Order: sequence, then C-alpha cells, then structure tokens
Amino acid sequence: MQETTSTRVNALIDPSMHIWHYEVPVYLFLGGLVAGLMVIAGLWTLRDPDRPRSRALQLLPWAAPVLISVGMLFLWLDLENPFNAFRFYFTFELTSPMSWGSWILLGVYPASILLAWVSTPTDLRDRWLARLERVPGLGRLDAWVSAHVPLLATLNILLGAALGIYTGVLLGTMAARPLWNSAILGPLFLVSGLSTGAAFMMLYRLERREKELLSRVDMGLISVELLLLALWMIGLAAGGAASRAGLHTIMGGPYTAAFWTLVVALGLLTPLVGEWIEHRHSAVPARLTAVLVLVGGLALRWIIVYAGQHSGWVSDLASR
Amino acid sequence: MSAVSYGMVVDTRTCVACAACVIACKTENDVAEGFSRDWIFTATSGSFPNLAMEIRSERCNHCEDAPCVSVCPTGASHYGPGGTVQVTESKCTGCKACIAACPYDARFIDPRTGAIDKCTFCVHRVENGTPTTACQEVCPTKSIYFGDLNDPESEVSRVLRVREAYALLPDAGTRPKHFFLK
Repeated sequence: MQETTSTRVNALIDPSMHIWHYEVPVYLFLGGLVAGLMVIAGLWTLRDPDRPRSRALQLLPWAAPVLISVGMLFLWLDLENPFNAFRFYFTFELTSPMSWGSWILLGVYPASILLAWVSTPTDLRDRWLARLERVPGLGRLDAWVSAHVPLLATLNILLGAALGIYTGVLLGTMAARPLWNSAILGPLFLVSGLSTGAAFMMLYRLERREKELLSRVDMGLISVELLLLALWMIGLAAGGAASRAGLHTIMGGPYTAAFWTLVVALGLLTPLVGEWIEHRHSAVPARLTAVLVLVGGLALRWIIVYAGQHSGWVSDLASR
Repeated sequence: MSAVSYGMVVDTRTCVACAACVIACKTENDVAEGFSRDWIFTATSGSFPNLAMEIRSERCNHCEDAPCVSVCPTGASHYGPGGTVQVTESKCTGCKACIAACPYDARFIDPRTGAIDKCTFCVHRVENGTPTTACQEVCPTKSIYFGDLNDPESEVSRVLRVREAYALLPDAGTRPKHFFLK
C-alpha cells in the first residue's frame, strides 16, 4: 500500500493536466482538412490540368486559405499571451514542431491562394482581373502563375503533406504524455486530414464521376486510417508501463466510450460501409457519409488531445 | 566539465514537510496567488504498524536535456546560467507546449502575465553574490543543498558522494539536476 499526497495545486496541472481545450482540436481538425484540400487539389491539377471540371471543383481550392484562417484564429485564441504571437516569426527552432508549423503555415497561404487563383473558372477570373486592373503587378503575377501550374500544384502537395504531418508530430514528440508519444500520429493525422478533405469536397455540387472518384479514394484513406489506428494502439500496448497507462485512457479509461463510438464506429466504420454499399449499387455518394467522416475527424483529434493530457508519467506511476 | 552546473539535493531523511521552502519561494519570487514553484510530496507506504514515510521538497529539475526547451517554438524557454532552465517572459506566447512536454509537471501559466512560470533556482540571487536559494535559506532542518555539480569540493558534490541519492523519473531521459538523498 502506498498513499501519496502533494501540496502542489497549480491550476491547469493538478489533479490532471488540462492546458489545451476545444481551440486546439478544432485547429488540428481544420489544419488537417486544409492539408487534405491542398494535397487533393494539387494532385487533381497535376492529373488532368486541361480537362473541364465542375464549377464547384474549380472553386473549392479557395476553401483552403479561408479554413486555415479560421483554424489559426482558434490557435491564436488558445495562446495565453496572444499579443506575443509575432514571436513565432522572430526565430526558427529546429527541435520544436510548433516552430516548424508556424513557418509551414506561412507558406500555406501564398501556395493555396495562388493555386485557388489558377483553378478559378476563366470567366470569373477575367472579371476579377478587370475589376482589379489598378493593382500593380497583378497581370504579371497572373501570367507567371498560369505558366507555372505544375510547380504550384507540387508545392501545394508538399506543403499540404507537411501541414498534415506536423499536426500529429506536434503531439507525438511529447514523451511526457505517453498516449501521444508515437511517431504514428504524424501519418495518422495526415491520412485523417486527407479523408476529411475529400469528405468536405463531397459536400458540394460536383459531377457524379468526381464524387465517385473522391468516394473511392476516401474508402482507401479510411482503411489506411483504421490500420494506422490499430498500429498506434499496438505500439502503445507493447510499450512500457507509461505507454500502457496512456492507452488505458481509451481502452477502459474515461475516454473509452467516446473514442470507440464517435471515432471508430461513427466516424470510420459507418462511412466506410456506407461508401462500399454506394459503390456496390452504383448509387450517388451521399452527403451523410461525408458528414460522418468530418465528425469522425474532429472527434479523433478532440479525444486524442483530451485523453493525452490525462496520461502522464507522474500521475499514473508512483514517483519512487 | 569546468563550466558551472547548478544542481540541488534534498535530504528526504531530515525534511519534515513544514513547507517553509514553499512560502519562502512565494515571497522571494512573488509567485502568483494559488500557484507554487515548489511543493511538498509525501509518500506513506506499508501497512500499520509497519509504516514508512518519505518526504520530498520538489520543484523544476533543471534537466540537462530539457524537453521544455526543445519544444519551445520561440526560444523563450532556454538554458541559462549554470545550465539552469529559464524562461524569457517577453518571448513567451503562452502556447503551453512546454507544460505538456514536462514529465515533472513543474510549469504553469502565471495568470497575471499569461507567460510560463517555474522555479529559476534563484539565479537572481546565486548569480549576484547570495550563494543560497530562497528555499534553501529558510529550511529549518538544513535539508536543501545547492551548488555546482561540476565542482568536486561543492556541498552538493560532497553530499552526493557520501550518501545514496536518486533522481525522479530517470527513465524519462531528461537528465535532471535535482537529487534526493535516501
């Protein structure tokens, strides 16, 4: 028998850490979604640059800069010292995933805005150009961008992948929070981001073949995501005492029900089966499955962020 | 090995959990109300009447390989004089990554500034002519030792040579510079 007491009563830490609230998972969700949008838009542009696409698909790349701005607003709201946010851009810290992230976000803006610009339907673009003709250099920029579409698309794929991976690595590098402390979180969040990106696009009025392609790709992504989730949990289960205690938060502990129902059942298995049935019966992919994928993507990050803070070296193990 | 490396040793045999160190720290460093940079941990083990009690005065471990420093995106958390871990308030955005990264849960947000606060090993004293930390100064049982771990003649080096000591969570791999005498 051992009974321990501590006089420490630091808010945000005791009795268990709760420093990150809804702002962080919402940002991670939007960041992942934007990563997915950028990668998919880039790949689509490279795959068929000339084939006419539906108007919705041509306009969708604009969602990336808009949604990342919303995400960054939430990130900013999380800061306790928000007016020091400029400090992120006074330095580059090689070992800090958050520092990598802030510089990646700075690259996401020009890359996604320029790709959205060249993807915009020609009639609309000409109208905007005519209205903005007084802006100096815009004509030249338009000409340059139009001549470098493959480069821009590649840049979007690379930056999107970096954005998706960093949001997972950010948590994965915390050895002190065993549930997060896995390199699999990087690819897991990237694949989940790609899946939510595809789902977000399916909400709009695309052509049938476009929806079918996205839905087929999404089935693959969900399958890979399930595999990565399993590998993540196997890695923790096969780890030391702290890892196993971390895993316990979603395997018997307080976040078990939420994780298995919202993330696994509702957010992954149901849309996977739904998409499979749609393909079997060549039905038009429904919006409901897409909404479930989005709910699952948000729940995944929400639960991992909260449960991870619940895990630790000190609170789960007697110090000595 | 010639550079100064500040370290702290607490004698768990003589510490009586009076918490004078906690109060002294709050006074010396104007710690925000409701928070503390150091605290008393007690573990009672065994079953009556065969009981054993261990008491520790704990704080930031000023790790040599500090995860709070490596995750900090702005360089606010950094290594200071004598290999201590310090925070530059004007650079801190309050992102709280370092709180999550610290296996000892030694950091918190000062609600008055929104910046990270934690034990500094009283560098403002020890680097300016006062050789003691505030917690050490007031300890009525002289259970707290502080000094240069790289100087074989220092009090901390000598007490670590003659007594059996341990660090907290050594397998977290952060190489803490805070030790406890068995």
